Amino acid sequence: MEKMARVTTALGGNTITGRTMFCHLDAPANAISVCRDAAQVVVAGRNIFKIYSIDEDQFVEKLNLRVGRKPSLNFSCADVVWHQMDENLLATAATNGVVVTWNLGKPSRNKQDQLFTEHKRTVNKVCFHPTEVYMLLSGSQDGYMKCFDLRKKDSVSTFSGQSESVRDVQFSIRDYFTFAATFENGNVQLWDIRRPDRYERMFTAHNGPVFCCDWHLEDRGWLATGGRDKMVKVWDMNTNRAKEIYCVQTIASVARVKWRPECKHHIATCSMMVDHNIYVWDVRRPFIPSAMFEEHKDVTTGIVWRHLHDPYFLLSGSKDSTLYQHIFKDASQPIDRANPEGLCYSLFGDLAFAAKESLISSDSNRKPYIGDRRHPIFFKRKLDPTEQFEYISSSSALSVFETDLESGSMDWFVRTAKQYALAGRPLAELCDHNAKVAKELDRDQVAQTWTMLRIIYSSPGTVPSANLNHSLGKGSTSLPLMNSFNLKDIPPGIGNESRLERSKGESRSENILMDSSSTLINNDENEETEGSDVPADYLLGDVEGDEDELYMMDHENPHAEEQEYILPQEAFPLRHEIVDNPSALDHLQEKADSPHVSGNEAETVSLTPVESFSLISISHSLYENRLPTDFFNPIVRDMLLFYAEQGDVQMAVSVLIVLGDRIRKEIDEQTQEHWYTSYIDLLQRFQLWNISNEVIKLSTCRAINCLNQASTTLHINCSNCKRPMSNKGWICDRCRQCASMCAVCHHVVKGLFVWCQGCSHGGHLQHIMKWLETSSHCPAGCGHLCEYT
Amino acid sequence: MMVAGSDCCGRTDIKGYLPCEQCGDLRNKEDREIKIPRQLGRGPSSFIPVEEILQEGTERAQRQLFIEAFVSTGRVDNVTMVMGLHPEYLASFWKTQYLLLRLDGPLPYHKRHYIAIMAAARHQCSYLVGFHVAEFLKVGGNPEWLQGLHRAPQKLRNLNEINKILAHRPWLITKEHIEALLKTGENSWSLAELIQALVLLTHYHSLASFVFGCGINLEPGQEGGPAFQPPSPRSCDSSPASEDGMSSPSGKDAMQEVEVLMERMKLLQECQLEEEGVTQEEMETRFELEKTESLLVAPTVDIAEPALPPNVLCFVEEPEFGYKDFTRKGEQAPPTFRAQDYTWEDHGYSLINRLYPDMGQLLDEKFQVVYNLTYNTIAMHSGVDTTMLRRAIWNYIHCVFGIRYDDYDYGEVNQLLERSLKVYIKTVACYPEKATKRMYTHFWRHFKHSEKVHVNLLLLEARMQAALLYALRAITRYMT
Repeated sequence: MEKMARVTTALGGNTITGRTMFCHLDAPANAISVCRDAAQVVVAGRNIFKIYSIDEDQFVEKLNLRVGRKPSLNFSCADVVWHQMDENLLATAATNGVVVTWNLGKPSRNKQDQLFTEHKRTVNKVCFHPTEVYMLLSGSQDGYMKCFDLRKKDSVSTFSGQSESVRDVQFSIRDYFTFAATFENGNVQLWDIRRPDRYERMFTAHNGPVFCCDWHLEDRGWLATGGRDKMVKVWDMNTNRAKEIYCVQTIASVARVKWRPECKHHIATCSMMVDHNIYVWDVRRPFIPSAMFEEHKDVTTGIVWRHLHDPYFLLSGSKDSTLYQHIFKDASQPIDRANPEGLCYSLFGDLAFAAKESLISSDSNRKPYIGDRRHPIFFKRKLDPTEQFEYISSSSALSVFETDLESGSMDWFVRTAKQYALAGRPLAELCDHNAKVAKELDRDQVAQTWTMLRIIYSSPGTVPSANLNHSLGKGSTSLPLMNSFNLKDIPPGIGNESRLERSKGESRSENILMDSSSTLINNDENEETEGSDVPADYLLGDVEGDEDELYMMDHENPHAEEQEYILPQEAFPLRHEIVDNPSALDHLQEKADSPHVSGNEAETVSLTPVESFSLISISHSLYENRLPTDFFNPIVRDMLLFYAEQGDVQMAVSVLIVLGDRIRKEIDEQTQEHWYTSYIDLLQRFQLWNISNEVIKLSTCRAINCLNQASTTLHINCSNCKRPMSNKGWICDRCRQCASMCAVCHHVVKGLFVWCQGCSHGGHLQHIMKWLETSSHCPAGCGHLCEYT
Repeated sequence: MMVAGSDCCGRTDIKGYLPCEQCGDLRNKEDREIKIPRQLGRGPSSFIPVEEILQEGTERAQRQLFIEAFVSTGRVDNVTMVMGLHPEYLASFWKTQYLLLRLDGPLPYHKRHYIAIMAAARHQCSYLVGFHVAEFLKVGGNPEWLQGLHRAPQKLRNLNEINKILAHRPWLITKEHIEALLKTGENSWSLAELIQALVLLTHYHSLASFVFGCGINLEPGQEGGPAFQPPSPRSCDSSPASEDGMSSPSGKDAMQEVEVLMERMKLLQECQLEEEGVTQEEMETRFELEKTESLLVAPTVDIAEPALPPNVLCFVEEPEFGYKDFTRKGEQAPPTFRAQDYTWEDHGYSLINRLYPDMGQLLDEKFQVVYNLTYNTIAMHSGVDTTMLRRAIWNYIHCVFGIRYDDYDYGEVNQLLERSLKVYIKTVACYPEKATKRMYTHFWRHFKHSEKVHVNLLLLEARMQAALLYALRAITRYMT
């Protein structure tokens, strides 16, 4: 140990002057290993086997171990390892199944020492015992692991994994006798070298092959494994059952894992395919690598930390025929480029927004919106004093914006969904009904729209004009609000309360942030940053923008600029720019030509709130609607699009269903489908299964219709043995009888089968119907009084 | 019994049948199974007697698979029937093919079938071509495309080049081919589409091998239709003498063959434990030897090129492009593919699964199932470890395609695979259209038909894997 310490200090001078450097190899490398003095590295591959010394600013080729005239397959290395006790000793695993040891102390040119040809298949991995000089372990494709004593000619023991392909073997650092082996079938086994008959422990670590494993250098019960399933997992082996304590999801299958020295939670990985980078992860932070080396142009095949006690130097070999020394200082840190932000809606319109503190506090030149109800919560991860290598202290702020109970409540949505009638009655009735429903919920504009639709599409003159007038007038008052984003427009009473809340939040955040070195965040500033982002975001979701009770828009504070918000693309396909002044003018002109556009009223008005007032007086329905209903289709279509863009997809879909063919061809399939899926999604979130099903059923989109046919499995039991039928046919697996016999005709029922829930007898639908017409007892003769309704 | 089912109803009216009626029919007939009158020479395979296939048809797992196949596609085709001899494999195969053709994927359905047609046409497999022409039309493909490759969109036509290469000389595929297809432009392929297309191509190339290797008969409905052609032109030329290895006088020799094979396997197994004297150089030469020897194993009678039926020919451009031996003397051989440098388990799987989720998993399962499939029997012996034999076949097929395993002693191939078997394997793997019934009956004369089908499965999968590895390696190279 003393010697070790000296080496480290001796290395000290080296560390400072080292730099990121590389050298070209003649051939792709398969594996690399480093000498214990950290001054030399061996590179092995199919066509290369060389030792390089690591100088200050370059690699220098020291020795070529591929000697001899005829290249033998013994040189085709799958793996190489340098003994950590004896600097003259190396071992390689050849693709033809041979394990070779090399003694650099040999005077001759050929340093080959011993040859073990015991494995029948490719040897994937060799490993020296960390403290025992003569002990070598190998793992092979043939499913065997062999332990060699270098003083003997043959292996001393053979371990059979009882499965195919050993991919990695690693001696434990803590237990003298223990080693871990990983397998192609996803298992990891722990063995005691004294007991070759049976593994000590086995667990399934990955789905698919486990390519590599590595014991933690300090915390000795930890084993990291990497697999084809793109995961790196850290297992705590101290307990009885191996417990997965960390899991990192990478983007490609993991070829190698190596714990970073001196850093408890850091681990370096490289991948088998596709991805050429080397990542260093903090396992506690599995979503973003803490450092990344991007030098290689082909997959990295071998990584090794240059020195056992030095966390700054990483060596790597690659298929692109280069050998690199990476310096941690030069690593790219993806975290610098990332903006950790999260945004999520709750079902009831609450919004949670988390972002890095610095991001929020830096943006301070915006005015706060009044009326946000929020609960800012701050998270700060304390710096771990033991972790000297923690570069980025993460701290983020989470704000929750609550919509106030009335405006944010989605009650109206649920009630509307439940009460709307969508089919089964004449159009006029449906419209009337729906208008009534909307009216009851104080959604006048919606009610208005329904009434209009009724006027347009069913016979005219049935609606008293007074009524129309009235609602029109009412509608018009509410209309300007359509474009305001209400969630922050809060009735004064609640506003006060929220302010109170806010100050609470502020003080709380102060308390929490007290110990942090970062600047204290002014909560107000903080709020408004988010606040200004939020309105745009609100449109993203399904929160409705046209709640009528919200027309208490704060007039002293008109958000003129909000009109300009452009709807985010992802919310709904923006096919028509509705909020478009020229088009509104067109409408006006149209109106002048034909005053019948009363159906259009709501929409036009809402678009251009200022002009609308003057229009309303014109639009009294003094005229009989004699125009073909098709005439209004474009207007109704625009109306639907408008609702949808406002976020009231419920309205859009309901109208779509009620009007059916009258309007369907006006709107392209894709948009319709989009509306349907949005609405169905909403309904299902509110657990309105029945309604969502009804909507699916009534929809005319093929894509939607077939939703109902997906995963509709009905599990049945055999009528004889009463056990579940797993079979797809008509024969029960277990009792080997036909399960579904008709109780009347005693034939197998294929097709519609009806059965009594009481006695579970049944049969062909027709037969049972006929039978029960004349008899009330079960046709099977069980005495049950069956009923067919 | 399933044959009866598909026999008794023409393909045209299959749609009219409810699946349940159909199956009920079959079930009822199950009782009188063998006695079902059938047309002469019918049955799923012209090589294998019908009884052979039906005999084990009562197995539960198999029947269940058939039912599943029937329910989901409305038929149990002959390929499925023959594969049904190995239900474990069939399940896996079925899942893969189902995903490939009928589940979500980057390519639209009609294009998938069209690619299948293109692939099968390369081997003049009218069975598969006919089958997929029908499917193509069923999923709403444009009938005009069926007039030939020249009527298909340019995008599909671009695929012709790698189709040709993958079918006959997969080792020639390079990253330039991939690049050309992916090059942005009007008719470019996306990587995900290309992967699916590649899997489709290799799948159908090797399935064509299986069809010819087992002498699969045309489906009942296919005859009379425009697609009708005898599936393998030489399925009828077999002399009746060689018809039945078991009952013919040569049966005794065959018996001996089995014994010899058993003996050798035992010997090799023992040898391996002791023998260490073989130098690496020798191993190397053994592979080369096997490679070159495979040249000589070409079918002895070079039968004149059969006239291609026009309805298959129209999907083929450059029909003269065929398998060329991997190494010919005096020619610069393409570098040997080292199996360890690009394995399916490590590299191929990862790549496919990345670009075509689920497919990697299913293919992996399928390869594993077929590689590990064994009943521990050889002909009439049971309780035999056949690992060596299976590995020899697998590696020999890969050897024919230029893939070399460092850790395999190719001397074993020579010991274990008799010449007639090698001829058969080479033929079916490289130019399946030349496979004849005589070849089929000549190898392993005393083995069960199911075992011969097993060989064909190995052939199918090994060939597919080989081609896939070449293609995927090219893609990997393109990506790096």
